[in-house]
Amino acid sequence: MNLRQALQRAREEKRSAFIPFVIAGDPNMATSEEIIARLERAGADLLELGVPFSDPVADGVTVQRAAERSLSAGTTLKGVLDLVKRLRARSVTMPICLFSYVNPVFKMGYENFIKAAKAAGANGALLVDLPPEAAETYCSLARKNDFETVFLTSPTTSEQRLRLIDACSTGFVYYVSREGVTGAQETLPQQLSDKLAALRQNLSNPLAVGFGISTPEHVKQLSGRVDGIVVGSALVKLIEENPANAPNAIAEKVRVLKG
Amino acid sequence: MKSKTNAKTWPDAKGYFGDYGGRYVPDTLMAPLIELEKAFEELSGKEAFWEEFATVLKTFVGRETPLQYARRLSEHLKGAKIYLKREDLAHTGAHKINNAIGQILVAKHMGKTRIIAETGAGQHGVATATAAAQYGLKCVVYMGADDMARQEMNVFRMRLLGAEVVAVNSGSRTLKDAVSEAMRDWVANIADTHYLLGSALGPHPYPRMVRDFQSVIGIEAREQILAAEKRLPDSIIACVGGGSNAIGIFSAFVGDEKTVLIGVEAGGTAIKPGQHAARFSGGTPGIFQGMKTYFLQNADGQAENTHSISAGLDYTAVGPEHSLLHDIKRAKYMSVSDDEAAAAFHLLARTEGIIPALESSHAIAMACKIAPKAGSTHLMIINLSGRGDKDIGIIQKYDGGKK
Repeated sequence: MNLRQALQRAREEKRSAFIPFVIAGDPNMATSEEIIARLERAGADLLELGVPFSDPVADGVTVQRAAERSLSAGTTLKGVLDLVKRLRARSVTMPICLFSYVNPVFKMGYENFIKAAKAAGANGALLVDLPPEAAETYCSLARKNDFETVFLTSPTTSEQRLRLIDACSTGFVYYVSREGVTGAQETLPQQLSDKLAALRQNLSNPLAVGFGISTPEHVKQLSGRVDGIVVGSALVKLIEENPANAPNAIAEKVRVLKG
Repeated sequence: MKSKTNAKTWPDAKGYFGDYGGRYVPDTLMAPLIELEKAFEELSGKEAFWEEFATVLKTFVGRETPLQYARRLSEHLKGAKIYLKREDLAHTGAHKINNAIGQILVAKHMGKTRIIAETGAGQHGVATATAAAQYGLKCVVYMGADDMARQEMNVFRMRLLGAEVVAVNSGSRTLKDAVSEAMRDWVANIADTHYLLGSALGPHPYPRMVRDFQSVIGIEAREQILAAEKRLPDSIIACVGGGSNAIGIFSAFVGDEKTVLIGVEAGGTAIKPGQHAARFSGGTPGIFQGMKTYFLQNADGQAENTHSISAGLDYTAVGPEHSLLHDIKRAKYMSVSDDEAAAAFHLLARTEGIIPALESSHAIAMACKIAPKAGSTHLMIINLSGRGDKDIGIIQKYDGGKK
């Protein structure tokens, strides 16, 4: 099953896929591998696996610090792909979407990256600072190699750009729930459910939502109104608080969030 | 004073200078950048806008700045005839104010009421706080915590001018982290906020817009040298951090093929990772903070730390137009070390009675290498981008450490 199929299946079952986000290699590779294996057992439908970057402009402090922890533990993009390979070898089967800033991928070379990621067992990628306007080469290489693409859209995206984003995405479209960076928040923006319903009507791709979703109430509020729900900072925070116990704490948190 | 730059040649409609520049940002930043691009396009087509800009530069900034024959420096170096473009005499003491005023006018036309900015040495922060005070706009400046410690006086100046200075504690706690933090603020406050980026870098339209506002330096210098010497200079030397003072003076001369353009980067203590900020010596093309350009990165595409005695040159990436000028060999980029820059700082103070900014001292240091070999018919302009009052404490400490 790939990214698109996992989200389509959730839609058919009138529920939302649960999509955890963690930074690969946070706090280190061994613990990270354990966390992800536990995430699948706790009921994750799909994984968004963050590649750490030194200058993450789209992220709030929680994810920034996670990236710093991972980089100081020696994580590289190649190391992240090796992690994916190990996860597949120990029968983690949920679809995996890599979430990276574009430069590590650009540095490796788009084609090298796509082939290596695909061979490792990743299904697709979201390059957060590569908008479709600048992604022509990347998208055609991804299509050629049957590697799924995911692009962001946000509350301020114009109609015209939304059509471009939809046309360039083959896995799903990721809606950023608010004008801001990643990070937990108390309440979701008003009318988020309505906005998601309208978007779903307009897109040919499945739709996931993220940024700021952090409580069981949030998840309940959106459940069934969107094909996938991404929870990131609320999980990443648990790694920061207690790295040694993170696999247990995160698995427990997922159970609570899923209700 | 519609700018006589190479705007017709580059950037293209998508903001590319050859292969460099562009707009590499998360979707949340696309709408405000498109809004800004449209507003700037519209304004820059209007003569009245450039007249308004010119008036403020004259009455508030004190332009034009002089082009001064540096007689004693020329005699000391026994070679080229050297002129200094005196941007240090602009209000707030550096060229940064040209861009701050230009962007404040754009923000005002767009109806924005809140201005945010990043700053390294604090010069751009001071210029932005000054321009915001002049127009009664709220101002927030992001500054790396390490930079705040080494540029304490500028922090105090910004606060005196009514700005809020926010310490950035992430990453290397210097300029690149302040840029990221300003971008994060902008994403969350796009309705009322303008991000007043301080150099000719970042996502389109900033590299072009900042270049156009700074091109006043080159336009003036070209007229002044023709009036003084009846001919164009053989060389122009400017320091390059992000590269706005350099692109400002270069832009008026890019079409004059016989004028050699020289950009001077920070060589720090050695051209080794973490010890310098010379992107054209140790950097490679990549995508960083919204643009494709040369930057200092490791084999895995992570930004490397930088070092320079000059906080204003201590930045990971270089403006994309410089990357193009480098690749097509229209400009040369070289570096000088901390030691050479510090020596040049002292030299200009003693020969000309001018205390230069440590950034500008890099340009002077390069002139010290080139001028003696150039011959007496060689005509050279050094862009003296700022004054050095802010650096006196750093030099004091540096000289103390050498004894």
